Amino acid sequence: MLLISCPWCGPRDEVEFRYGGQAHVDYPADPAVVDDAAWAEFVFMRDNDKGPFAERWYHAAGCRRWFNAVRDTVTHEFLAVYPVGERR
Amino acid sequence: MPDHAATHRAATHRAATHRAATHRAATRDVLPDHPAHLWRNPEPRRTYDVVIVGGGGHGLATAYYLAKNHGITNVAVLERGWLAGGNIARNTAIIRSNYLWDESAAIYEHALKLWESLSDELDYDILFSQRGVMNLLHTVSDLREASRRVHANRLNGVDAELLSLDDIERLCPIVNLDQGVRHPVLGAAFQPRGGIAKHDHVAWAYARAADALGVDLIQGCEVTGFDIEHRPGHGAGRIAAVETSRGRIAAGRVGLIAAGHSSVLAAMAGIRLPIQSHPLQALVSELLEPVHPTVVMSNAVHVYVSQAHKGELVLGAGIDTFNSYAQRGSFHVIEQQMSAAVELFPIFAGAHVIRTWGGIVDVAPDASPIIGRTPVEDLFIDCGWGTGGFKATPASGWVMAATLATGEPHPLARPYALERFTTGALIDEHGAAAVAH
Repeated sequence: MLLISCPWCGPRDEVEFRYGGQAHVDYPADPAVVDDAAWAEFVFMRDNDKGPFAERWYHAAGCRRWFNAVRDTVTHEFLAVYPVGERR
Repeated sequence: MPDHAATHRAATHRAATHRAATHRAATRDVLPDHPAHLWRNPEPRRTYDVVIVGGGGHGLATAYYLAKNHGITNVAVLERGWLAGGNIARNTAIIRSNYLWDESAAIYEHALKLWESLSDELDYDILFSQRGVMNLLHTVSDLREASRRVHANRLNGVDAELLSLDDIERLCPIVNLDQGVRHPVLGAAFQPRGGIAKHDHVAWAYARAADALGVDLIQGCEVTGFDIEHRPGHGAGRIAAVETSRGRIAAGRVGLIAAGHSSVLAAMAGIRLPIQSHPLQALVSELLEPVHPTVVMSNAVHVYVSQAHKGELVLGAGIDTFNSYAQRGSFHVIEQQMSAAVELFPIFAGAHVIRTWGGIVDVAPDASPIIGRTPVEDLFIDCGWGTGGFKATPASGWVMAATLATGEPHPLARPYALERFTTGALIDEHGAAAVAH
């Protein structure tokens, strides 16, 4: 069970959150000119880091806001939480 | 007056001596000598025709079929830890082939046919028990989806049938068919040829047979990088060798068969995979009298349970949603799974959770595996089996062996190419995968 610090609500139980996968995945700037390989990269390919990983969380049963976190995928330790839009 | 105390002491001593002697005799009769080792522990050679990275069920099966079907025995299986210590030791040992799409039915049914003769093939009892696999249906859409899948299965030569509540009660009397519960059982789909096997025996049987055919099984050998030759006009290059914690090992062809760590290995070769690694947990009860005659799965409330040969109930939990390499998951996942299990099987309320554990599963976006070529020449991959790889072990090894032997993906593997995520030809098996992800 993870204890997750929501940037707005503070430390709360994992069951209040939904996971959003890798953070900082940008929608293609000009979708009309994107080829199949680039679409595959955007739609299906994700980092799967062993160690610190930047990811999105949604405080579904709390403030209902998204935020980003850097969490170690081996120890599960949260190394940082920060609002969406900020750099890692 | 006789010394009663001394007489008693002497009698007690005699009795104890007798017990000890009897015990020694009994243990000689009952306990076997340490069995012969099932495989050698060779030093790695400097070069092999084929190097397989990953000494789990799929890697060992691949090695065996390379030797057996293709006569290629100059093969090494490299395992970072110990043989069969990953997901082959952590699954719930359920075997079935009732997948929806033609491509899936073909490869999983190929596996099931291999399971049916595997004990003979490997001369090792893998305790394959075709006690049937029952998928419970809880909603009208469940019933429709199951009807579609049962008919699709039959068209593909996979045994499948729909069950009424009476059928369910006859086949598995302990299922709670009370219509007043939160998720009442409305029916079931059933695959009679499905069942369970003893997962450790499967790994050991493949390992022993591969070793006997000359394959080197090398434990404690971590892959640290790949030596890729780059030549102008040859794209991502060609694999030349595997760098390991025990030195450089040259290879004609290399197969990555590493489940949860597939992304990590592929990244060392500059390859990106559409794989996410998640914990998947399971648990067992204490040993119980036989109460559960079949395998029951419920995707809707998330239960899959069987009773192992020894007597423990084996239950699979769901995946943790977050990415992880920790081989452990969160407790609430188990709690949620147990609450559903006890509603479906009220008799389980008296059982105890003895042990829980986790493995790391490699999940692909369409819940189907990735088998075949990579952008690097002579480097092949077999991964993405996600939450359901155990049942596929023989077929995964069979097709990967053919792929490594010929350099061409086996016909059953062709639809599972990495390119499908670019072409869009996905094989969506979220409905047939037991674990929602």
